Amino acid sequence: MNNEEEKTLKNNAFKVWAVFATSIGLVMLGILLVKIGMDGMHRLSLQFFTSLPSRRAEDAGIFTAWVGTLWIMGTTALIAIPIGIGAGIYLEEYSKKGWWSNFLEINISNLAGVPSIIYGLLGLEVFVRLLHMGESILAGSFTLALLILPIVIVSTRESIKAVPKTLREASYALGASKWQTISMQVLPAASGGVMTGIILALSRAIGETAPLIVVGALTYVPFTPKSVFDSFTVLPIQIFNWVSRPQAEFLVNAAAGIIVLVVITIVMNGSAVLLRNRWQKNVKW
Amino acid sequence: MEMNTKEKIIEGLLFACAAICVLTTLGIVAVLVIQSVQFFSEVPLKDFLTDTQWTPLFADKHFGILPLLSGTFLTTIIAITIALPIGLTTAIYLSEYASNTFRSTVKPVLEILAAIPTVVYGYFALTVVTPFLQIIFPSLSGFNAISPGIVMGLMIVPLISSLSEDALYAVPKSLREGSYALGSTKLQTAFRVLIPAASSGIIVSVILAVSRALGETMIVAIAAGQQPRLTFDPRVPIETVTTYIVQVSGGDVPHGSLEYKTIFSAGLSLFVITLILNNISFFIKKKYREQYE
Repeated sequence: MNNEEEKTLKNNAFKVWAVFATSIGLVMLGILLVKIGMDGMHRLSLQFFTSLPSRRAEDAGIFTAWVGTLWIMGTTALIAIPIGIGAGIYLEEYSKKGWWSNFLEINISNLAGVPSIIYGLLGLEVFVRLLHMGESILAGSFTLALLILPIVIVSTRESIKAVPKTLREASYALGASKWQTISMQVLPAASGGVMTGIILALSRAIGETAPLIVVGALTYVPFTPKSVFDSFTVLPIQIFNWVSRPQAEFLVNAAAGIIVLVVITIVMNGSAVLLRNRWQKNVKW
Repeated sequence: MEMNTKEKIIEGLLFACAAICVLTTLGIVAVLVIQSVQFFSEVPLKDFLTDTQWTPLFADKHFGILPLLSGTFLTTIIAITIALPIGLTTAIYLSEYASNTFRSTVKPVLEILAAIPTVVYGYFALTVVTPFLQIIFPSLSGFNAISPGIVMGLMIVPLISSLSEDALYAVPKSLREGSYALGSTKLQTAFRVLIPAASSGIIVSVILAVSRALGETMIVAIAAGQQPRLTFDPRVPIETVTTYIVQVSGGDVPHGSLEYKTIFSAGLSLFVITLILNNISFFIKKKYREQYE
């Protein structure tokens, strides 16, 4: 075999391995979906969505869990979205190049890399103890809001950066102030990208389990929260609780809960991808 | 002027939003350090770093962090051993070989793979991967490091593949053309020209993946067990730093007790390691960006 043939052969062999490597993740996703479908699909019924947790697996449901998830997500969004967008605007439009902006940038990149469980420890000491929020929805939401803040900030910055200078200059030429320009021209033009970032951030928050366990979310909550000061559980924690039990019937419940969680995640991520593609297609500067 | 005051107030509010990030970092450091200082006033640092047992919840208490760290590193090493070759190959394939249609179909699916909550992967490791591995290795325990390690590795493939693909994509076209003109195949070009040229970007992606794997909690909490053990045997139950924190938080440990403080000293160890890794990757990224501009 000459050199020419050998290198073509190697190239083709690599192609085969590469197709395998690229598809192995997709295969795992496929097996995962089939497995949870087979394990949990038959357990999904109206009763499953409307029942409280129970010691008997067949009576138990995810009512308190999904209501808790709704509360947590709503409150987290209310905290993280304004702060994240505000910080993104400040970093992109106001902060001057220098040690301070460098410092902020390193800081945000570091926060994005802090393990989520460490945010749980922060929330436990600061929100639960120091600020006396107790093991409440409010404490959990503040913790998750800080956790997803870097995602919202980075996506806000990137979408603002993509808005061309000419748009800003035209606005200034018409006599608009800096804030008028930002709020009426730049932000609306960047809204598609900002929205995408927010959806991705919230989809990250909805699956977070560890930080909420640390701030004291309960695994057994026989009531739904009435205000942000009540204790709570969320869907992933309920799933974790069921997975940790030795009885096989609870694994069925866990699989059914997982179907709900995975559907929510895929719908959120799918809509973020669609939104991003549409926004990129429609806006051509 | 009223307009000016309004503008100033708004700038102040936006500044406050950005400052919250700094406060978060300070808060994390303060919380971990304050609790850990109290912890180390009761447990000597030397015991913490050299004792080979971690049994704060037992009658015979030992506070050696090494078993938790070995569990954390073991699962991370397994995950990276899986994720690096697969992630890098995927990146090369998507950037150099695949058609546009293929790439635009596969990338969103890979993103979904990275977005699925980790508690789901924990269930997958426990109910699919571990039983499957037990068919091949009958001596494997129900809880072990290898199964969650593999699943974690597949989960972080998209992290390595997407950042590495960006790095490969950024290599100037002229380098590829020069290589092809000398008669190289795509494979030779990829390994001898593109990977060396994109190496800093690839290293950044691997460091971030390592840092992600070190901090991963739910997969190992569900499938690796809760037995701190100083071992690198992937077949037996172990415990990671993150699992220990979850285990204690979920129980009834009274606030202010020594057991309570252990989760902060364990957390501090994890935080310091990931902080160092994140900063290394940040500086490599900065340097790399300057090279191309």
